[in-house]
Amino acid sequence: MKARVFVTLKNGVLDPQGKAIGNALHGLGFSSVGEVRQGKVIDLELSERDQAKARASLKDMCEKLLANTVIEKYEIELVP
Amino acid sequence: MKSAVIVFPGSNCDRDAAVALEQLAGKKPAMVWHGDSELPDVDLVVLPGGFAYGDYLRCGAMAGQSRIMRDIKEKVGKGLAVLGICNGFQVLTETGLLPGALMRNADLKFVCRPVGLDVEETQSSFTRKYSKGQRVTFPVANGEGNYFADEATLDRLEAEGRVVFRYAEGDNPNGSARNIAGILGEKRNVMGLMPHPERVCDPALGGTDGTALFESLIEALS
Repeated sequence: MKARVFVTLKNGVLDPQGKAIGNALHGLGFSSVGEVRQGKVIDLELSERDQAKARASLKDMCEKLLANTVIEKYEIELVP
Repeated sequence: MKSAVIVFPGSNCDRDAAVALEQLAGKKPAMVWHGDSELPDVDLVVLPGGFAYGDYLRCGAMAGQSRIMRDIKEKVGKGLAVLGICNGFQVLTETGLLPGALMRNADLKFVCRPVGLDVEETQSSFTRKYSKGQRVTFPVANGEGNYFADEATLDRLEAEGRVVFRYAEGDNPNGSARNIAGILGEKRNVMGLMPHPERVCDPALGGTDGTALFESLIEALS
Protein backbone atom coordinates (compact mmCIF):
# COMPACT_ATOMS: atom_id res chain seq x y z
CA MET A 1 0.00 0.00 0.00
CA LYS A 2 1.08 3.56 -0.58
CA ALA A 3 0.77 6.42 1.83
CA ARG A 4 1.16 10.16 1.62
CA VAL A 5 2.07 12.25 4.67
CA PHE A 6 1.53 16.00 4.71
CA VAL A 7 3.69 17.92 7.19
CA THR A 8 2.83 21.58 7.73
CA LEU A 9 3.59 24.23 10.31
CA LYS A 10 1.03 24.56 13.10
CA ASN A 11 -1.31 27.50 12.98
CA GLY A 12 0.27 30.52 14.57
CA VAL A 13 3.84 29.39 13.88
CA LEU A 14 5.59 31.98 11.73
CA ASP A 15 6.25 30.69 8.21
CA PRO A 16 8.77 33.06 6.59
CA GLN A 17 9.03 30.88 3.47
CA GLY A 18 5.27 30.96 2.98
CA LYS A 19 5.38 34.72 3.41
CA ALA A 20 8.13 35.07 0.79
CA ILE A 21 6.14 32.91 -1.65
CA GLY A 22 3.09 35.12 -1.03
CA ASN A 23 5.13 38.27 -1.70
CA ALA A 24 6.53 36.78 -4.91
CA LEU A 25 3.03 35.86 -6.09
CA HIS A 26 1.88 39.42 -5.44
CA GLY A 27 4.89 40.62 -7.41
CA LEU A 28 3.71 38.48 -10.33
CA GLY A 29 0.36 40.20 -10.25
CA PHE A 30 -1.68 37.53 -8.42
CA SER A 31 -3.34 40.15 -6.29
CA SER A 32 -6.05 37.81 -4.96
CA VAL A 33 -3.51 35.80 -2.93
CA GLY A 34 -3.92 36.10 0.84
CA GLU A 35 -1.84 34.21 3.40
CA VAL A 36 0.45 31.46 2.02
CA ARG A 37 1.67 28.52 4.14
CA GLN A 38 4.07 25.91 2.78
CA GLY A 39 4.91 22.40 3.91
CA LYS A 40 6.21 18.99 2.88
CA VAL A 41 4.71 15.94 1.21
CA ILE A 42 6.31 12.58 1.93
CA ASP A 43 5.30 9.54 -0.15
CA LEU A 44 5.92 6.12 1.35
CA GLU A 45 5.46 2.54 0.20
CA LEU A 46 4.40 0.10 2.89
CA SER A 47 4.29 -3.68 2.86
CA GLU A 48 1.51 -3.58 5.48
CA ARG A 49 -1.91 -4.52 4.07
CA ASP A 50 -4.08 -3.77 7.06
CA GLN A 51 -5.23 -0.15 6.87
CA ALA A 52 -5.63 0.36 10.61
CA LYS A 53 -2.17 -1.06 11.30
CA ALA A 54 -0.65 1.02 8.52
CA ARG A 55 -2.25 4.16 9.91
CA ALA A 56 -1.03 3.40 13.43
CA SER A 57 2.49 2.79 12.23
CA LEU A 58 2.49 5.98 10.12
CA LYS A 59 1.33 7.96 13.14
CA ASP A 60 4.27 6.54 15.09
CA MET A 61 6.65 7.51 12.24
CA CYS A 62 5.29 11.05 12.24
CA GLU A 63 5.65 11.43 16.00
CA LYS A 64 9.18 9.98 16.04
CA LEU A 65 10.73 11.45 12.92
CA LEU A 66 8.65 12.79 10.04
CA ALA A 67 7.22 15.78 11.92
CA ASN A 68 8.57 17.90 14.74
CA THR A 69 5.38 18.21 16.74
CA VAL A 70 6.67 21.26 18.62
CA ILE A 71 6.10 23.31 15.45
CA GLU A 72 4.50 21.00 12.89
CA LYS A 73 1.27 19.07 12.39
CA TYR A 74 0.74 16.14 10.06
CA GLU A 75 -1.98 14.43 8.05
CA ILE A 76 -1.89 10.87 6.79
CA GLU A 77 -3.51 9.71 3.56
CA LEU A 78 -3.61 6.04 2.58
CA VAL A 79 -3.75 4.96 -1.06
CA PRO A 80 -4.85 1.30 -0.99
CA MET B 1 38.16 17.06 32.30
CA LYS B 2 37.78 14.32 29.76
CA SER B 3 35.73 15.29 26.76
CA ALA B 4 34.40 13.95 23.47
CA VAL B 5 33.29 15.69 20.30
CA ILE B 6 30.69 13.86 18.25
CA VAL B 7 31.33 13.78 14.51
CA PHE B 8 28.30 13.48 12.25
CA PRO B 9 28.50 13.29 8.46
CA GLY B 10 28.28 17.01 7.65
CA SER B 11 29.69 18.37 10.93
CA ASN B 12 32.04 21.24 10.15
CA CYS B 13 32.89 22.75 13.53
CA ASP B 14 34.00 19.52 15.18
CA ARG B 15 37.67 20.39 14.79
CA ASP B 16 37.17 23.98 15.97
CA ALA B 17 35.59 22.56 19.14
CA ALA B 18 38.42 20.04 19.52
CA VAL B 19 41.10 22.74 19.16
CA ALA B 20 39.40 24.97 21.76
CA LEU B 21 39.03 22.05 24.18
CA GLU B 22 42.61 20.92 23.73
CA GLN B 23 44.04 24.43 24.15
CA LEU B 24 42.03 25.15 27.28
CA ALA B 25 41.77 21.74 28.95
CA GLY B 26 45.24 20.61 27.91
CA LYS B 27 43.84 17.27 26.79
CA LYS B 28 42.78 16.14 23.34
CA PRO B 29 39.08 15.29 23.23
CA ALA B 30 38.01 11.93 21.81
CA MET B 31 36.48 12.31 18.36
CA VAL B 32 33.48 9.97 18.37
CA TRP B 33 31.76 8.90 15.17
CA HIS B 34 27.96 9.19 15.17
CA GLY B 35 27.59 5.51 14.29
CA ASP B 36 29.43 4.31 17.40
CA SER B 37 27.20 2.79 20.02
CA GLU B 38 29.03 3.78 23.17
CA LEU B 39 30.77 6.90 24.45
CA PRO B 40 34.23 6.60 25.97
CA ASP B 41 34.48 7.52 29.66
CA VAL B 42 34.09 11.32 29.51
CA ASP B 43 32.80 14.22 31.61
CA LEU B 44 31.64 16.37 28.69
CA VAL B 45 30.20 15.74 25.24
CA VAL B 46 30.17 18.46 22.60
CA LEU B 47 27.71 18.27 19.71
CA PRO B 48 29.39 20.55 17.16
CA GLY B 49 28.09 22.94 14.56
CA GLY B 50 27.63 22.05 10.93
CA PHE B 51 24.99 20.51 8.73
CA ALA B 52 24.65 16.94 9.97
CA TYR B 53 23.09 14.74 7.29
CA GLY B 54 22.82 17.83 5.09
CA ASP B 55 19.96 19.07 7.31
CA TYR B 56 17.71 16.57 5.48
CA LEU B 57 14.08 16.56 6.60
CA ARG B 58 14.80 19.17 9.33
CA CYS B 59 18.09 20.37 10.76
CA GLY B 60 19.14 17.95 13.49
CA ALA B 61 16.34 15.45 12.77
CA MET B 62 18.49 12.66 11.33
CA ALA B 63 21.42 13.26 13.66
CA GLY B 64 19.01 13.02 16.56
CA GLN B 65 18.35 9.40 15.57
CA SER B 66 22.05 8.45 15.34
CA ARG B 67 23.18 5.44 17.28
CA ILE B 68 25.50 7.44 19.55
CA MET B 69 22.60 9.71 20.56
CA ARG B 70 20.89 6.78 22.32
CA ASP B 71 23.89 6.39 24.61
CA ILE B 72 24.14 10.15 25.11
CA LYS B 73 20.46 10.36 26.06
CA GLU B 74 20.85 7.60 28.59
CA LYS B 75 23.95 9.19 30.15
CA VAL B 76 22.39 12.65 30.26
CA GLY B 77 19.84 11.10 32.61
CA LYS B 78 22.75 10.13 34.87
CA GLY B 79 24.23 13.64 34.84
CA LEU B 80 26.58 13.71 31.82
CA ALA B 81 27.27 17.30 30.68
CA VAL B 82 26.41 17.99 27.03
CA LEU B 83 27.10 21.19 25.12
CA GLY B 84 25.33 21.64 21.78
CA ILE B 85 26.62 24.46 19.59
CA CYS B 86 24.57 25.66 16.60
CA ASN B 87 23.69 22.46 14.73
CA GLY B 88 24.34 20.69 18.05
CA PHE B 89 21.61 22.82 19.65
CA GLN B 90 19.26 21.80 16.84
CA VAL B 91 20.11 18.14 17.50
CA LEU B 92 19.36 18.60 21.21
CA THR B 93 15.90 20.05 20.55
CA GLU B 94 15.14 17.33 17.99
CA THR B 95 15.97 14.59 20.51
CA GLY B 96 13.88 16.29 23.19
CA LEU B 97 16.88 16.88 25.47
CA LEU B 98 16.05 20.59 25.26
CA PRO B 99 12.57 22.09 24.78
CA GLY B 100 11.43 24.10 21.76
CA ALA B 101 12.65 24.08 18.17
CA LEU B 102 14.94 26.06 15.88
CA MET B 103 13.22 27.38 12.81
CA ARG B 104 14.14 29.17 9.61
CA ASN B 105 15.51 32.65 10.33
CA ALA B 106 12.72 35.22 10.30
CA ASP B 107 14.23 37.10 7.32
CA LEU B 108 15.13 33.84 5.49
CA LYS B 109 18.80 34.83 5.32
CA PHE B 110 21.80 32.86 6.50
CA VAL B 111 23.41 35.11 9.11
CA CYS B 112 27.17 34.97 9.64
CA ARG B 113 28.53 37.74 11.86
CA PRO B 114 29.59 38.54 15.42
CA VAL B 115 26.66 39.29 17.74
CA GLY B 116 26.46 40.79 21.21
CA LEU B 117 25.12 38.47 23.89
CA ASP B 118 24.15 39.05 27.49
CA VAL B 119 25.10 36.34 29.95
CA GLU B 120 21.90 35.96 31.88
CA GLU B 121 22.58 32.94 34.05
CA THR B 122 25.82 32.10 35.81
CA GLN B 123 24.43 29.34 38.05
CA SER B 124 25.53 26.63 35.63
CA SER B 125 28.57 24.52 34.87
CA PHE B 126 28.71 26.24 31.50
CA THR B 127 28.79 29.87 32.62
CA ARG B 128 30.08 30.06 36.20
CA LYS B 129 33.22 31.95 35.12
CA TYR B 130 31.19 34.75 33.53
CA SER B 131 29.56 37.49 35.55
CA LYS B 132 25.83 37.99 35.47
CA GLY B 133 24.81 40.53 32.85
CA GLN B 134 28.23 40.44 31.18
CA ARG B 135 28.18 41.46 27.52
CA VAL B 136 30.16 39.10 25.29
CA THR B 137 30.60 38.80 21.53
CA PHE B 138 30.35 35.42 19.80
CA PRO B 139 29.92 34.83 16.08
CA VAL B 140 26.70 33.29 14.78
CA ALA B 141 26.52 31.32 11.55
CA ASN B 142 23.07 29.91 10.95
CA GLY B 143 20.13 29.81 8.58
CA GLU B 144 17.84 28.12 11.08
CA GLY B 145 18.55 29.66 14.44
CA ASN B 146 15.15 31.15 15.16
CA TYR B 147 14.33 29.74 18.59
CA PHE B 148 10.67 28.89 19.05
CA ALA B 149 8.71 27.48 21.97
CA ASP B 150 5.16 28.01 23.16
CA GLU B 151 4.54 30.82 25.65
CA ALA B 152 4.17 28.45 28.61
CA THR B 153 7.56 26.85 27.87
CA LEU B 154 9.23 30.26 27.46
CA ASP B 155 7.76 31.44 30.78
CA ARG B 156 8.99 28.29 32.45
CA LEU B 157 12.51 28.62 31.03
CA GLU B 158 12.69 32.17 32.36
CA ALA B 159 11.18 31.34 35.74
CA GLU B 160 13.64 28.47 36.25
CA GLY B 161 16.69 30.52 35.25
CA ARG B 162 17.32 28.37 32.20
CA VAL B 163 17.82 31.16 29.65
CA VAL B 164 21.61 31.39 29.71
CA PHE B 165 22.38 33.73 26.82
CA ARG B 166 20.21 36.37 25.19
CA TYR B 167 21.00 38.37 22.07
CA ALA B 168 21.70 41.95 23.07
CA GLU B 169 18.67 44.19 22.61
CA GLY B 170 18.44 45.15 18.93
CA ASP B 171 21.00 42.51 17.87
CA ASN B 172 18.71 39.47 17.47
CA PRO B 173 20.02 37.97 14.19
CA ASN B 174 17.27 35.43 13.50
CA GLY B 175 13.99 36.35 15.15
CA SER B 176 14.42 34.09 18.20
CA ALA B 177 11.61 34.28 20.74
CA ARG B 178 12.44 36.67 23.59
CA ASN B 179 15.95 37.14 22.13
CA ILE B 180 16.92 33.68 23.40
CA ALA B 181 20.36 32.50 22.20
CA GLY B 182 21.05 29.64 24.60
CA ILE B 183 19.17 27.53 27.14
CA LEU B 184 19.73 24.89 29.80
CA GLY B 185 17.97 21.55 30.16
CA GLU B 186 15.80 20.71 33.13
CA LYS B 187 18.67 19.28 35.17
CA ARG B 188 21.05 22.03 34.02
CA ASN B 189 23.62 19.53 32.67
CA VAL B 190 22.68 20.14 29.02
CA MET B 191 23.12 23.44 27.26
CA GLY B 192 22.41 24.44 23.68
CA LEU B 193 23.25 27.75 22.03
CA MET B 194 23.27 29.02 18.46
CA PRO B 195 26.35 31.31 18.63
CA HIS B 196 29.83 29.77 18.46
CA PRO B 197 31.94 30.16 21.64
CA GLU B 198 34.59 27.81 20.23
CA ARG B 199 35.38 30.35 17.50
CA VAL B 200 36.38 33.02 20.01
CA CYS B 201 38.93 31.18 22.13
CA ASP B 202 42.10 32.50 20.52
CA PRO B 203 43.12 36.16 20.09
CA ALA B 204 44.34 35.29 16.59
CA LEU B 205 40.72 34.52 15.66
CA GLY B 206 39.39 37.88 16.76
CA GLY B 207 38.38 37.39 20.36
CA THR B 208 38.53 35.33 23.52
CA ASP B 209 35.03 35.78 24.95
CA GLY B 210 34.36 32.07 24.52
CA THR B 211 37.19 30.85 26.74
CA ALA B 212 35.25 31.45 29.99
CA LEU B 213 32.62 28.95 28.82
CA PHE B 214 35.16 26.16 28.43
CA GLU B 215 36.99 27.25 31.59
CA SER B 216 33.68 27.06 33.47
CA LEU B 217 33.26 23.47 32.32
CA ILE B 218 36.84 22.58 33.18
CA GLU B 219 36.39 24.00 36.69
CA ALA B 220 33.02 22.32 37.20
CA LEU B 221 33.88 18.92 35.73
CA SER B 222 37.53 18.32 36.65
